[in-house]
Amino acid sequence: MYGMLFDASLCVGCESCVEACREKNGLPETDGTQLSADRFSILQEEGDYYLRRQCLHCLEPSCVSVCPVAALQKKPEGPVTYDFDRCIGCRYCMVACPFGVPRYEWSSAMPRVRKCQMCYDRLCDGQQPACAEACPTGATLFGDRDELLAEARKRVANDPDTYANHIFGEKEAGGTSFLVIGPPEVMAAFDPRVPDEALPEKTWAVLSQIPTAVGIAGTALMGVHWIIRRRMTLAKQRLAHEDAEATVNTVSLAGREPATEEVER
Amino acid sequence: MIPKVLRNPWVALTAIIFAAGGYSTYLRFAKGLGASTNLSDQFPWGIWIGFDVLCGVGLAAGGFTICALVHILRLKKYAPLARPAVLTAFIGYVLVVGGLLFDLGHPWRIWHPLVMWNPHSVMFEVAWCVMAYTTVLAAEVSVLFFEKFRMRRMTKIMHAATLPLSILAVLLSMLHQSSLGSLFLIVPGRLHELWYTPLLPLLFFTSAMGAGLAVAIVESNLSARGFGHDLPRPALLGAARLAAGILSLYLVIRFADLLRTGALLHLRFDERATWFFLLEITVGFVIPIIYFASPAVLHNRRTLYRAAQLCLLGFIINRLNVSVTGFEVVSGHTYVPAWTEVAVTITIITAGVWAVYFAERYLPVLEAHPAEPEWRWKGEPATKLAWRGA
Repeated sequence: MYGMLFDASLCVGCESCVEACREKNGLPETDGTQLSADRFSILQEEGDYYLRRQCLHCLEPSCVSVCPVAALQKKPEGPVTYDFDRCIGCRYCMVACPFGVPRYEWSSAMPRVRKCQMCYDRLCDGQQPACAEACPTGATLFGDRDELLAEARKRVANDPDTYANHIFGEKEAGGTSFLVIGPPEVMAAFDPRVPDEALPEKTWAVLSQIPTAVGIAGTALMGVHWIIRRRMTLAKQRLAHEDAEATVNTVSLAGREPATEEVER
Repeated sequence: MIPKVLRNPWVALTAIIFAAGGYSTYLRFAKGLGASTNLSDQFPWGIWIGFDVLCGVGLAAGGFTICALVHILRLKKYAPLARPAVLTAFIGYVLVVGGLLFDLGHPWRIWHPLVMWNPHSVMFEVAWCVMAYTTVLAAEVSVLFFEKFRMRRMTKIMHAATLPLSILAVLLSMLHQSSLGSLFLIVPGRLHELWYTPLLPLLFFTSAMGAGLAVAIVESNLSARGFGHDLPRPALLGAARLAAGILSLYLVIRFADLLRTGALLHLRFDERATWFFLLEITVGFVIPIIYFASPAVLHNRRTLYRAAQLCLLGFIINRLNVSVTGFEVVSGHTYVPAWTEVAVTITIITAGVWAVYFAERYLPVLEAHPAEPEWRWKGEPATKLAWRGA
């Protein structure tokens, strides 16, 4: 599976990646500093360094798991892609993403969810993503995720003075295809609330119980109903029986042999 | 010259609401969500989800709760509540789907989950359950039409189908009422710890049952007022006591869980979250439980009605806390609905009230129940409803 590695210590902030992304995706020129429906990738200043912000292409993406119509998909090559023709516009992906990445075309009457798709079409053509190709310093690398992870580990271990001892994306949210290493001041910019576990498991733990729950509850409901109905029938019969006996007794007391039909009734 | 029909204050009010709602609808569909809502990339779900869907579905829970009491547990005393509850649930679900059409970016693709599957998605499951349960409710409500138009054969068939439909209703409701809570299981980092818990599905299910019973009480009072019917006293008292039990159970689970996660120990009184949490717990649970459990309140129609209203209010605060406040306090972004969002929501509620009104007026919803002449509500004259027909 492919991945990308961003090494903040090599980035000079030229924004070639941002520009390449804009051209490749046909996005208008904007001067925003945040991700938006028109900006899938940004450089964020952190002290003397820059941090690339974009979709991290989780190994077990929350957005893919929550999408009711499977418009978002994790491709075997690595990218998390978006199929507009399936999308119903529920925006659950935006709520669910632990990194708050997906953006929406709020001003459109035909709105799309917008985010980096790791140039999936270029990958299919055997090319690397536009941003990685454009990077003049090698701060953004594209390649096999395992190899990139090994490379990141090597850099962090060999130069502990420069790098924080943390590879972002190795474990976060169950691991991501986009990895980041860099000096401590850059790495501190990441949201510490994102847990290491893959979040879709939290939902699946409940969803996977549904067939069992339906089976048990369905049986219980029918059982309870049957028992209650049976008891009501029996109670009715007992009442009728007692009535019949009462009739018999009254008749006996009157000093007359009860008629056979009456007893039977 | 004002048309005669508009001189009725309720009709006039409705006309104003519908005018505002109509303009908002135009804005929504012509200009998109950005022009008609205060939603943003940081706050993608607002009151159309938090209120219209979460509260709408939750408050319609009376449909399956009463249905289970009457048709599965065979508790005949609740029978007078059954038809109004099922009718309200049906109208409620139709309105939820209506509200969803406003919120979805592509409303005309609302059928997509039927053919494009993702069984890992809670939303997918909710979509299927809501569609299926709305169909079940439509079948349950169809009896009213068959009876009204004296279609004997169909009436007989539908009466025979009551039990299977009831079981389906309970199963489907159990699934999606809890799943509305499961929607938020995937956001542990983004939802405040006072509301995020793995028990969200269970909590949503229990509180919906409590609120559903409270809706039955409120609705019973309203239709008694509007149509001069007698109140089914044993059913209302039973529903109130049952609600007290369910709400207490909810509180026990909720607080045990908050102690377990430690959220209760981190309560800080300078945080907005704390106050909204306390508001929800007091208004929606503590006060209604005390009210529903005290005989003096239960035997006074007005206080019983108030208690049920409080319960609904607290329920609504709870759902908005989970979907709005809980996200706001963590992200630091605030969301205040645009007036157009509020207008659409109020329009939907108004449409629902009128739908219930017309259904109760023209369909055999409120069957005549024998009055109890020897019994009267405390604090009211012996003539059962002095203001009948007012």
